[in-house]
Amino acid sequence: MDAQLYLGVFGNEDDIVNATLATNSAGYTIHDVYTPYAVHGLEKAMGLKSSRLTWACLAFAAAGLLLGVFAQFWIGSIDWPLNVGGKPFNSLPAYLPVIFELTVLVGGLGVVFSMLVRTELYPGKSVWLPDSGVTNDRFVIAVEQRDAAFDPDAVQRLWQQFNLIEAKSPAEVAG
Amino acid sequence: MSMRYSILRKPIIEGDKSLGQITDDVARTLETGPTRLWWFAFMISFSVLVVGIAAVSYQIKVGIGTWGLNKTVGWAFDITNFVFWVGIGHAGTLISAILFLFRQRWRTSINRSAEAMTVFAVICAGIFPLIHMGRPWLFFWIAPYPNFRGPLWVNFRSPLLWDFFAISTYFTISLVFWYIGLIPDLATLRDRAKSKIKKAVYRITSFGWNGSVRTWHRYETVYILLAALATPLVLSVHSIVSMDFATSVIPGWHTTIFPPYFVAGAIFSGFAMVLTLMIIARKVLNYQEYITLDHIEKMCKVILTTGGIVGLAYATEMFMAWYSVNEYERFAFINRALGPFAWAYWTMVSCNVIIPQLLWIKKLRRSIVVVFLMSIVINIGMWFERFVIIVTSIHRDFLPSSWALYKPTLIEIATLLGSFGLFFTAFLLFARFIPFIAIGEVKGVLSYGRRKNHKPATIQNSEQELEAVEI
Repeated sequence: MDAQLYLGVFGNEDDIVNATLATNSAGYTIHDVYTPYAVHGLEKAMGLKSSRLTWACLAFAAAGLLLGVFAQFWIGSIDWPLNVGGKPFNSLPAYLPVIFELTVLVGGLGVVFSMLVRTELYPGKSVWLPDSGVTNDRFVIAVEQRDAAFDPDAVQRLWQQFNLIEAKSPAEVAG
Repeated sequence: MSMRYSILRKPIIEGDKSLGQITDDVARTLETGPTRLWWFAFMISFSVLVVGIAAVSYQIKVGIGTWGLNKTVGWAFDITNFVFWVGIGHAGTLISAILFLFRQRWRTSINRSAEAMTVFAVICAGIFPLIHMGRPWLFFWIAPYPNFRGPLWVNFRSPLLWDFFAISTYFTISLVFWYIGLIPDLATLRDRAKSKIKKAVYRITSFGWNGSVRTWHRYETVYILLAALATPLVLSVHSIVSMDFATSVIPGWHTTIFPPYFVAGAIFSGFAMVLTLMIIARKVLNYQEYITLDHIEKMCKVILTTGGIVGLAYATEMFMAWYSVNEYERFAFINRALGPFAWAYWTMVSCNVIIPQLLWIKKLRRSIVVVFLMSIVINIGMWFERFVIIVTSIHRDFLPSSWALYKPTLIEIATLLGSFGLFFTAFLLFARFIPFIAIGEVKGVLSYGRRKNHKPATIQNSEQELEAVEI
């Protein structure tokens, strides 16, 4: 971890959402929030923008579509024109199923691959957990201690309104 | 009768669980040793699988002359099994993708196992065309790749080739979708694993997941995108399977109703299989609070709907055969209902259309025994549907001198049984080694209809509160 973090541990969904909203509006820099499941509304509370992976998906799907169109036209009418029942070499309607399947295949695999690259998830990656219960029943908010003016007590006071379980700095976590 | 009214909806998960309890409940199955019952079921499934492997090896060595096919009936058991298994798979994708897009949050208790079912069913399905090729070791010739035979390409106008693309895309996307859904749960297991080996395996397979919301946010985006891609995909797969028949000129196959008819039938049979598996699993694995009677009832409603569509399709086919004034079309359908395979046709109609009407009665939809028996009846009926469509349409062709009957050989029956062996062996292994219920997703619906932790609005969370009510 590059930045010095200060962590607050909570026990349920509503508390973490409210704590995140309050922390964000109080002007602290939220490094990240850790939850055992996807909590809806939390990304808004953190002020995250919507992901651009949708565009990656569109680009990959378009690539798959073009692959399907050009591969079939090239194979069917340029490289080896084959007369099947006297039908035209360029029979687009017959090409649609394969075009569609390739669109879905390339779009789907592409967006999953993009996500793994973007979120830096890969097999065997070493794990950093802010709290041992974060994949079970704990919700953790991590704020960055930017400068000397950062007052842990003030943050802790803010969090205590939302049933804070414990507040800690990551030195205790790493141990 | 006393009734308790609440403005909140009924919780999806019963038993007032805490988050930790859900983890414990699901992980317990994996952390305790296999039960005797599991071993018993596994031994039976595995033995049947071995029989299937022997049968398949034999027919690959000797050739598909070991089947009961003849000059007139060129497709029968094998393609029936293929279509049957592909159809079974469709329910998993419907639950994981379509119900997700429609925000049917009850899907979370069953989506993991239904998706596993999809993957295994598609594997079972894939085996049949592979054997049917006769020389399965040359199966890769169906893929268009630059080769030294010309290069000689595949025929992109052939529905059998479309099928190859559809099934392989379906398998790949289903597998990826399933695995992506598994990653957070594998991380949960990693963080509670005791033994070194387990920890190492989960560490590799969980991709370093730590529950970061930045990651969750992207993960959810990809999940929606995959669902949106898988939805038209699943509709396309059985549509393309139906085109194997519909693009031919055989009376009984050559109908435009086939794609929607096949898709509805696939979902119908798939949900029946999901019910068969879930009713056993919820009892054996003690998941009654997760897979509740409400879940079963909802699945019964899906069955009732898709079964209705299937019934309508049967009637439409009959009507069109009469209305078309095409003597060959008429003959094909009269032969179907009254010919030598009438027993198969009427088995199909009783199992798929008549008996499922019992599900209109709420009491029966909530009776485990009735639903379990019904699910098996429907699976038998749907197997027969494919058999009827395939065999009765071709066994009496245009030339009465070439009319023939079809009877499966023991080898073919052993192969069908073997595919069930493979399916159940894979499913039992899944239930032992992979969380049967999507832990992360079930936690997400825990607060559904149960907002007891909700405190009065504090700072500026009025918007938040509105959202909570909308859910």
